[in-house]
This record gives sequence, C-alpha cells and structure tokens, in this order.
Amino acid sequence: MSKMLGVAASSPGGSTRRPDSGGNSRKLLLGAYFDFIRIRFLTMLAYRVNYYSGILIYTLNIGVNYFTWKAIYGDGQALGGFTAAQMTTYVAVSWMARAFYFNNLDREISTDIRDGSIAIQFIRPYNYVLVKMMQGLGEGLFRFMLFMIPGMAIAMLLFPVNLPTEPSAWIGFLVMLFFSFLINSQINVITGLLAFFVENNEGMMRMKRVVVDLFSGLIVPISLFPGWMSSVLEVLPFQAITYLPGSVFTGRVQGVGIWNVLGIQVLWFLLLLIPIVWLYHAARKRLFVQGG
Amino acid sequence: MAAIQVQDLRKTFKVQKNREGLKGAFADLFKREYTEVTAVKDISFTIPEGEICGYIGENGAGKSTTIKMLTGILVPTSGVLSVGGYVPYEEREKFVRNIGVVFGQRSQLWWDIGVIESFQLLRKVYRVSEADYKKRLDELVERLALQELLNRPVRKLSLGQRMRCELVAALLHNPSILFLDEPTIGLDIVVKSEIRDFLKDMNREHGTTILLTTHDLQDIEALCSRVIMLDDGRIIYDGGLEELKQRWGTGREVLFQFGSATKLGQLNHWTDGMPVTWSAENDLNAKAWIPLDLNVSDVLGRVVGQADITDIKIIETNTDDIVRSIYQSGSAEKPEEARAEQDGKEVVHV
Repeated sequence: MSKMLGVAASSPGGSTRRPDSGGNSRKLLLGAYFDFIRIRFLTMLAYRVNYYSGILIYTLNIGVNYFTWKAIYGDGQALGGFTAAQMTTYVAVSWMARAFYFNNLDREISTDIRDGSIAIQFIRPYNYVLVKMMQGLGEGLFRFMLFMIPGMAIAMLLFPVNLPTEPSAWIGFLVMLFFSFLINSQINVITGLLAFFVENNEGMMRMKRVVVDLFSGLIVPISLFPGWMSSVLEVLPFQAITYLPGSVFTGRVQGVGIWNVLGIQVLWFLLLLIPIVWLYHAARKRLFVQGG
Repeated sequence: MAAIQVQDLRKTFKVQKNREGLKGAFADLFKREYTEVTAVKDISFTIPEGEICGYIGENGAGKSTTIKMLTGILVPTSGVLSVGGYVPYEEREKFVRNIGVVFGQRSQLWWDIGVIESFQLLRKVYRVSEADYKKRLDELVERLALQELLNRPVRKLSLGQRMRCELVAALLHNPSILFLDEPTIGLDIVVKSEIRDFLKDMNREHGTTILLTTHDLQDIEALCSRVIMLDDGRIIYDGGLEELKQRWGTGREVLFQFGSATKLGQLNHWTDGMPVTWSAENDLNAKAWIPLDLNVSDVLGRVVGQADITDIKIIETNTDDIVRSIYQSGSAEKPEEARAEQDGKEVVHV
C-alpha cells in the first residue's frame, strides 16, 4: 500500500515538474540562511575553550600598544590629532573591534576551492558567497558575545580607557562595527575567491592580513602616516574597517562627520559587491574541480 | 521525453605548465605557459526517463567531468546539454532543485552537526514543505534503517552509515534525476548490496532516472540496463550490458569432476568433430572450453551419457574480464572484427 502511495505522490514524469517559486518557498530558503548563522554560532560555542586564550592575546596586544604609545607620547600633548587619552581608547576599541570582525572566510573559501569540495556547494540551490557571509556572521556573533565583550571588560579594568556615555554614540558605533564586519568579510571573500584564478593564494591571504591590519589603522592610526600616504589610504576601503569607526567612538569625529563616516562605509560595502559578483561569475567559467 | 540529452559535449581545461629547474621557475614567474587538456571530447547520448544507466571507464577517462557538467558544477566548453528540461549551467539554482547528487568521495552532510539537523537544513535549502519532508524522511529512514543514526554527529558515522545518510540527503527533495559518482566506493559487501537494492526500488517506485559512475562492475550488473563506456574522453560503447557480454564474451568454460579416472584422450574422442578444447589438471578434473555458437547442452549430451560425473560447473566470461580487455585495447570493437576490417578479409567463425 505504501508503495502505491509513493507512486501516486510523485509523478514518474518528474522532469516536467518545475520548482514552485512562491513566497513560502522563499521564506524557507531565508530560514536556511539563518540556520547557517545559528549552526556556525553553536559550533563555535562548542569549541569556545579555544578562544579563551584569544582573549588573553588581544588583551596583551592592547597592553603592548598602550605602553608603546605611552612611551612615544612622553609629556607631549597630541600626535596627529590624538591626545594620549584618546589614543589609549582608540587602541583598546580598535583591537576589540578586530576581535569581532576578524574571520577566516578567505581561508575557508580557498580550502573549498583547492580541495574540490566547492563541487558540493554548487549542487545546492543557494548562493555560495551568501552562505559564507552568513557563516561569517554566525562566527561574528559568537566573537562579539564571548570574545569582544569580555575582552573589553578586561581591557577597561587594566587600562585607562574612556568610553562615551551617550547612547547615540554606542548605537552609532555598533552600526559602524557591523559595517566593519561586512567590509572586512567582503575583502576576505575576494581574497578567497582568487583561489579560482591562481593555483596557490596562500601568499595573497597572508599579504591581505598584514595589509588590512596596517592600512585599516589598527597598528598606527591613519592620521599619523605621512601626508601622501594617508591621502592614499583615504581612498582605499581599509580605513572603513577600523580607523573611521574608531575615530567616531573616541569622539574625534562628531556631528555631521559621523554621517560622513557611515556614508563612506556604506559606499565601500556597495562598491565591494561589484568585484565579488564579477569574480563569482568569472570563476564559474574557469572552475577546475581538483581531484577529478 | 528524455531526462538527459547531450550533444557534442566538450570540456577543455587549461593546465598550468611548470617548467623545470630554477630557470624554468623564474620564466614561469613572468610568462605562464598553459597546456590544453580535453577531458571530454564531443560526446553525445540520450537517457530516457526512468532509466538506470551505468557510466564506466578507467580513471581519468572523463566520467567525473561529464557528471560535473551534467549537474551544473562545470560549464562545458562547447556542446548542447539538457537535463530535466534545464540547461544546467544557465539556471543552476533552479535546476539543482530537481536533481540529487551523491559523490562517494565527498560528504554533503555538515561535519559538525547531527544527521537530523543536516536533513532539516537541507529541507530549507531545497524548500521542501514540512509535510512532504516528514513523509519522505519517514519513508527513507525506514527503508535504509537509519533510526538510530539520526541524532549522531556526522563525524561519528562509519563510512557505510554515512553513505546511507548521503543517499537520504540527496533524495529528500524527491529529485527526478539522481547522479551517483562512485556511490559504493570503499563499502563492505553488505552495505553495497543494501544500497543497490534501495536504488532499484527507488527507480521502480518513483521512476527516478539514475546515472551512476562506478569501478565496481557488480553495481552495473545489479542495476543497469544500459552502459556507456568512456575511454580518453570518448564514448567507446553505448548499449545494453547483455550485448556487451555477448559481443565480447567469446565462449564458456565447463568444469567437470569425475568419479573415476577419465583420460584427456577419451574426452577428446567423445566430442570428436566439435570445436571444443579440453584441458585437464589430473584424471578426475577436466575443463572444456566451448565457443559461443556451440550449444553447451550438445557437448554435455556427449559426455554425460558416458562418463561418471560427480559435478559440473558452467562459467561464463565475467564482466570484469570483458571490461578489462576493452580498457586494455581502448576500443569496444571486437578484436577479430577490427582486424578483419583492416585486412579486408572475412573472418570465418568455426
């Protein structure tokens, strides 16, 4: 009886069936994308012990930078528009922002491409890049809650960090932090997708890491670079990751300037979509699945 | 209507050439040289709905490349392709909702989460309604006896368990076409036959079209009514398995065991005038080789009445041997015929 039901339920002339594209089915796919966030979050949570050492390392980084800057400032008042107090806050906020927005999407994507498991991704009715971004978001959520917030608390206990008190600054900062995550992830996706075009993009990934840390103003705020250099960096996307949100949060940029900063972030977010879409489509034509 | 239609399909890869030595490496740095490798060379075939078709060939013959083009993973260099009414590489996301794919060597389940969670996620990815999903899952879980595995993380499954779960994962959305790339690789004999039975039932009950590549010819014998054989990117045989056997199997062997000593000369004498070749290890065991056009029972008739026989065994050339000799010659043409064409002579079958 069950066999007969099976036949009746699915037409043998199956290839004439077209997937329905109704609202309900779109909602299901959306649900799947949310699941990728949730699953990555839960997986990270299962391995949370690995990240406890990370909190220590980030605190250490903040400490090293704090004492270095303290020595550089000496009795001086301001450097590149930063007072010593602002610099301390900037260093702490930048490193903690990095604790949130950092991810290894570039490595994940290039591994998928190089070991051939990208094939599995292409037999599924979803957008691979979007899935990767969702997984990155799941990781970001974990890093935000179990990495950035406790790390920030420790940093505030150890170093004289002055955080703003107005709620609007906090809301603005969180929005900008989210865009930092998006832009950094987009750069990672681009670096990862390059594995389609070069046999080994290990070097590129390492270079990207150094470039992002240096040019985003994490190590040295952009206003401290030589004039010509900072004017070059101002037209690159990296400053939108750390320097701009950090400047807002330390109170160096205020009023209308805040909207300008947000505008620059949104602009880079949109601009970076172009190479991603282009790479993804070009890659489909060049794809060479490794291992047969 | 045909489920899969392929016309002059070709795929060419550009492969980076690495020149030798330090000088070569330095030259590579500035000007890359590429070699073109054609993995699939203008193949054409049509698979009707509801057929199980075996796709075989040596390693590197182009099987996987074909499957990857048929499933929309790779974009062909040239040729016309239609699978389930879609051009796979053009509307990939819509197209793949209608097919199921199992790669024996790659998992499509998520390593870190439980089996049932993987299924739930796939349900949403493939946009299957809760009711359809439940019905389908119950059916598959019962058929493949997976009840106890559902809550385990995928990384803790054995290969046989995982492969059964992979099948469910590929079939949850009730695809009309199923692609299997070496589905039984590395599995023990029990799981292998379970999977074969399951696939046969799937095909019978749901009319699922199945295209499978394999190196295990027993898969083909158990499942396929049709075989496409590939060599160096070209189709060298496309037809029924029985025909292949008939065309290539040159004869049968009959093993005799005698109760009392029977000399080779005696045996030859009994089958005098027949093109039978006898060989004997000792007086109690003998082997007769009988060409295809001679009836086995005629030979048996001559021997049975006269000798004291304790056992008879008839051995047909098995598919492994046939396929091995085809791979070695690189052509599915019967060697005699090929030679005959070359020499322009008629071959006289004795």
